[in-house]
Amino acid sequence: MQTHSREKRYWLDEPGNVTKLYHALWVVGILLLVGDFFLHKHEDFVFAGWYSFYGVFGFIACVALVVSAKGLRKLLMRDEQYYDY
Amino acid sequence: MITDFPVALIMIFGAVLVPLTRGRLRAAVTLLLPLVTFFFVLALPEGLYGRMEFAGAQLVWMRVDRLSLLFSYVFLLATLIAAVYALHEEDPRQQSATLVYAGSALGAVFAGDLLTFFVFVEIAAVSSTILVWARGTAESYGAGMRYLGMQLAAGVLLLAGIAFQWADGHGLAFSHIGTQSTGGWLILIGLGIKCAFPLLHNWLQDAYPEATATGAVVLSAFTTKLAVYALARAYAGTDLLIYVGTAMAAFPIFYAVIENDLRRVLAYSMNNQLGFMVVGVGIGSELAVNGAVAHAFADILFKGLLFMSMGAVLLRAGTVKGSELGGLYKSMPWTTGFCIVGAASISAFPLFSGFVTKSMIMSAAAGEGYLWVWLVLLFASAGVFHHAGIKIPYFAFFAHDSGIRCREAPVSMLVAMGAAAVLSVGIGCAPSIFYSLLPYSTSYEPYTPTHILDQLQLLVFSALAFAVLMRTGIYPPELRSVNLDTDWLYRRLLPAGFRVFAKMWQGVVRTVLDLTGCLGAVFSVVLAWHRPGALFARTWSVGASAFCLMALFLMYLVAYL
Repeated sequence: MQTHSREKRYWLDEPGNVTKLYHALWVVGILLLVGDFFLHKHEDFVFAGWYSFYGVFGFIACVALVVSAKGLRKLLMRDEQYYDY
Repeated sequence: MITDFPVALIMIFGAVLVPLTRGRLRAAVTLLLPLVTFFFVLALPEGLYGRMEFAGAQLVWMRVDRLSLLFSYVFLLATLIAAVYALHEEDPRQQSATLVYAGSALGAVFAGDLLTFFVFVEIAAVSSTILVWARGTAESYGAGMRYLGMQLAAGVLLLAGIAFQWADGHGLAFSHIGTQSTGGWLILIGLGIKCAFPLLHNWLQDAYPEATATGAVVLSAFTTKLAVYALARAYAGTDLLIYVGTAMAAFPIFYAVIENDLRRVLAYSMNNQLGFMVVGVGIGSELAVNGAVAHAFADILFKGLLFMSMGAVLLRAGTVKGSELGGLYKSMPWTTGFCIVGAASISAFPLFSGFVTKSMIMSAAAGEGYLWVWLVLLFASAGVFHHAGIKIPYFAFFAHDSGIRCREAPVSMLVAMGAAAVLSVGIGCAPSIFYSLLPYSTSYEPYTPTHILDQLQLLVFSALAFAVLMRTGIYPPELRSVNLDTDWLYRRLLPAGFRVFAKMWQGVVRTVLDLTGCLGAVFSVVLAWHRPGALFARTWSVGASAFCLMALFLMYLVAYL
């Protein structure tokens, strides 16, 4: 294990490229939402067939998950040595 | 007959060869034993073998049917892959423990009666503890002890349940048990510990991350999946399991988001995946049980793959803490790739194994009209992508560059990861071949346009949520920390309780001693008169006694008159 100060730059080392990936992900997401217009869906629950249900659900579920987990840290998080005594 | 030979014993007794051999020969032993067992199993026709009478009950060494065969295949695959993964290291203790553990798990899967099942489960419990201890740290010793305690407690419950079953005249057959009897409940709770039901789960997150790189891979394959097998065998269609499984799928993901140790994140995500399987068993329809069993099969491979990639990171970078890692894709590109395959599989991306297995459970839940269960499972599906699919590869291999530069994982590790990756993609790309192995024949079609689009939307927008939270700085940073879970009860509360009790006991003892001090004063007075040679302890002559008596009588007479 050692740190090299001068080594090859990777494509992901450019912050601009990370932003490109981020935008590409939005493009994919929007294309999937467009796909929803053209597909006649067969769902067991009626609401699951609503336009963009899964996309909206996934986004909100993950934001809710992270925000509530972050809140749980206040209650649950302890120092790393908590159990060493 | 040769078929009456319990196949489990090949690996259990074969493990003796490990300490007797060295180098390449030992490596060959660890590979050949599961291979030989595999060929033996493949040649087994369905049926009951090795029957014998014991105290009026019938014991069956091996019941070979589609359910036990499927689990035996995946257990043997996992043993082989783990053996390849461990080829770079020489640790006879771990290698033999792995063979005994895997062999006894196999024996339990084939067990046709509860007593045989119990015996093999106990051997598995003890041998697997050695894998936790093999790390050799103080933490792993403590975690191993707690692990062993939980496993043995589960064993006691199982045995008590089996005794009740037998006493109530239900016999010892390992078939559907259900919750109509006391024995049934006890066995269910025993299996619940092994399966890491909510509140009984924390031994898993406690022990697995303290094991060695290989140890965690091996551990992740057997104990919990054996419990899923037993539930599918004995408790299919038990409604309670639907709700237990739903809770299991949901709560660990909150922990997984804030956990820093990436192998502990995987342990939480294991809980979450087991939840899906338990729901499938609870629903109990052919589709649901197929889904539960198929998901267990796929999970052993992709969870093993994820544990393998984190084991490789542990070996090379020396830590698996998210707060210390980042940028490892530059040093370990192959490991990164395999980890991403595992992550895609657990997240149920189309063309990966999780997609074709988990969807059966989701479809069964929706088909039976379990609205809330289905919604929670969908939330858990988004969550699993978030914490296992993105968090694990992102914080280990990408994120900010930690500056750690190390070598790529050893070839043996890469081959093992490659094998698990190929199998995960294979199951995802050719589900019909895999489905033909399932307990019930099925015409389920996972690749419908609706399902593909739904799943991709769910996953891509979960990824977008992660990206947005990351870029806005809302995402909680990885911090060196521990999070309180139910292990707090026996790691802090119980010891603290003992300390309070000990203090109280000390007080009691001190009071007693003080009292004896007072008694001592009384005793010394008594002793002064009664000790040997003292006034009341002397032997008197008859004349002196007669004289004293006369004197007493005289005093009495005078007093009376």
